[in-house]
Amino acid sequence: MKQNRLKFTLISILIGLLVGAIILLITGFNPIEAYSIMIKGIFGNPRYVVWAIIRSTPLILTGISVAFAFRTGLFNIGAEGQFIVGTIAAALVGYFWKLPPIIHVIVAIAAGVLAAAIWGGIAGLLKSKFGINEVISTIMLNWIAFYSNNFFVLWDKFKRPNKDASQRILETANIQILAKWKTTEAGKAWIVNNEFLGDILKTPFNWGIVIAIAVAFLIKYIIENTTSGYELRAVGHNKNAAEYGGIDVNKNMVKSMMIAGGISGLAGALHVLGVSHEIAILAAMEGYGFDGIAVSLIAGNNPISCIFAGLLFGSLKYGGQKIQPAMGAPSEVIDIMIGSIVFFIAIPKLIEIFRARKTRKRGGEVEASE
Amino acid sequence: MYAAPLIFTSLGGVMSENAGVVNIGLEGMMTMGAFVGATVGYFTKNPWLAFLAAGLAGGIMALLHAIASVSLAADQVISGVAINFLGPGLALFLSRIFFDGATHTLPIDLNHKMPRPLNGVFAKGSFLDALFNHYATVYLAFLLALIVWFVLYKTKIGLRIRAVGEHPRAADTLGVNVFKVKYLGVIISGIFAGFGGAAMSLAIVSNFRASLVAGQGFIALAAMIFGKWTPQGSLAACIFFGFAQGLVVYLGGTNIPVSSQILAMIPYIITILVLMGFVGGVSGPSANGIPYEKQEG
Repeated sequence: MKQNRLKFTLISILIGLLVGAIILLITGFNPIEAYSIMIKGIFGNPRYVVWAIIRSTPLILTGISVAFAFRTGLFNIGAEGQFIVGTIAAALVGYFWKLPPIIHVIVAIAAGVLAAAIWGGIAGLLKSKFGINEVISTIMLNWIAFYSNNFFVLWDKFKRPNKDASQRILETANIQILAKWKTTEAGKAWIVNNEFLGDILKTPFNWGIVIAIAVAFLIKYIIENTTSGYELRAVGHNKNAAEYGGIDVNKNMVKSMMIAGGISGLAGALHVLGVSHEIAILAAMEGYGFDGIAVSLIAGNNPISCIFAGLLFGSLKYGGQKIQPAMGAPSEVIDIMIGSIVFFIAIPKLIEIFRARKTRKRGGEVEASE
Repeated sequence: MYAAPLIFTSLGGVMSENAGVVNIGLEGMMTMGAFVGATVGYFTKNPWLAFLAAGLAGGIMALLHAIASVSLAADQVISGVAINFLGPGLALFLSRIFFDGATHTLPIDLNHKMPRPLNGVFAKGSFLDALFNHYATVYLAFLLALIVWFVLYKTKIGLRIRAVGEHPRAADTLGVNVFKVKYLGVIISGIFAGFGGAAMSLAIVSNFRASLVAGQGFIALAAMIFGKWTPQGSLAACIFFGFAQGLVVYLGGTNIPVSSQILAMIPYIITILVLMGFVGGVSGPSANGIPYEKQEG
C-alpha cells in the first residue's frame, strides 16, 4: 500500500511535468529547453541549490502544519494567516527587544510560534465551542492577519522611513549561518577566495532547513508514538468513536489547531529571522499557506514526505522563475504543473483504472495466443 | 456594487454544494473568469460577449472538477485545491502570452465596460443615484439570486439537485441520474464563478491583474457557508461583505482618524462574531463531499 502510494505520487508528478510540457509546446515554447533551464537554474551552481532550499523551507513547514491538521480531521486553510502572524511577532521581538545573541533568536522564534499557535487555536476554539466550520473561520482569520501585518508595518514606531517595510531586525536575532563573520573583512576576503563555500555564504543561508527537518521528525513522532498523538488521530479518524472512547474531542480540536498554527508560525518566524529580516506591506496574500496545502497533499499528509514535497515545490518555483528572462516563457507554468500534480493525486481511483486496463490487456494477450 | 462578484460566485457555490460536491475551487474558477472576461472584452470591445466567455471559462474549469470528483470519485477538497492552482496559473500564463509578458491585461476602454443601465435617470450625486445607478452586473447578480432560489425550491430539477445533495442513494432509486445532476450543479457553479470574476474585471475595474481576485473566491465560499448553503442566505452574506468593503472605501476617503487597516478587518471580525452569536453550528447538505458510487448488483 505504502509503496503503491509512492508510485502513484511519482506518476502524478510525471503527469504534472508532462502537462507543463504540453502547455509550453502549445504556446510555442520548447519544453526541453525550458526544463533544462530550470534544472540548470536549480542545480547549476551551489548557490542556486541553496536558494532553492531557502525557498522550500517555509513550504515544508506550512505543509507539515496542514498535514498535521488533516491527520486530526481538520482542514487548515489558515496556514497563510498563521504564517503572517508568525512573521509579525518575530519581527516585533527581533527589532524592539534587545537581547543577547542566541537568546534573542530563541525568544523571537518562540514569540512567532506562540502568537501563531494562539491564532490557530482561535479557529479550534470557535469550532469546539460554537461549531463554526474551521474553513470559514480560518479564511476570516487569514484576512485579519493580513491587515494586521499592514497595520504593524505602517505603525510609525516600526515603519522604516520612505519604505513600505518595517525596521530591520537586530543583528542579534539573525539566524543566517556565520551572519556576523560574513560582514567582517576576513569573512569577505574568505568568500572571494573560496569559490564553493563562499558562493553558498553569499546567500541568506540559514538554520531554517535544519529546524524544518527536525520539526518533521518531531511531528511524526508525536502523531505516531505518543498518547496525545493517538488521541488526536482518533479524533480525526472518527469523532464519535473517539468521544465514546473517553477522549475529549473539543480539547483535542483546539490542541490540534494550536500545534498546526504554531508550525506555520515557526515558518513565518524563520523566514523573518533568516531571509527577509523585516516585514513589508502586503498587496495580496503571498501564498505560503496555500502552497503548504499543496505540499501536504502531495506528501499524503505525512510530515516526513512534506520535506521532499516542499523541496520539490520550492525548487520548481525557484527554477521556474528563470525561464521567464531566459526564453520569455511564463513562469506561471509551475502553478499549472503543481495544480496538475495535485489534481491527479486527488484521484486515487486512477490506479484502479490503470490496473484494470493492464489486466484486461494481459487477458487479451492470453486469448490472442491461444 | 462590491457585492456583485461575490454574489455570482457564492451562488455558484450554492449550486455545486446543494448537488453534494464541495467546491473549494471557486477562487480558481473566478480568477479564470476575470481574466477571460477582461481579455475578450479588450479584444472584442463587447462587454456582454466578454461576460459570457468568462462564464464559459469558469464552466470549463468546473468541468475538470466535475470529471475528477463525480466520475472518478476524487477527493473533492483536493481537486478544488488543484483548481485553485490551475485557475490563477493558467490565467497569468495566458496573460503573459497575450499581453507581452505582463501579468495584467490592458485596460478596456470605458465605453466598452459593463453598461450602467440607469445612468442619468437620477440627478447626479443624489442619494437615489448612489443607491440605484450601478453596473448591469449588479442587477444581474440580484436577479440570478432570485432565479437560483426559484429553481432550487420551486422546480422539479431543483428538488432533484437537493435530493442528490441530501441522499443520493434515494434519489438514484427514484430514477434520478445522480451523475448528470452533479455534473450540472458543478458546471453551473463554475459558470457563475466565471461571471463573478468578470463582474470584477469588466465592471469594478477595467482590467485583470494578478491581485484582482486574491481571496474573493474564498470570501464567496465563506459567504455561502455563512448563508447556510441557501441562495437567499448567501445573497445576504455577500451584501454584508460588499457593504463592509464599501464602507471601508468610503471611510478611507473621509478624515476619520481610524487606521484603514483596522477598518478593513472589521467585516471579518464581525463575521466571526455573528457566527458565534447567531448561527452556531451550521451544516450543509448531508451527502456533501462524499463521492457517489453506484452500487453494483
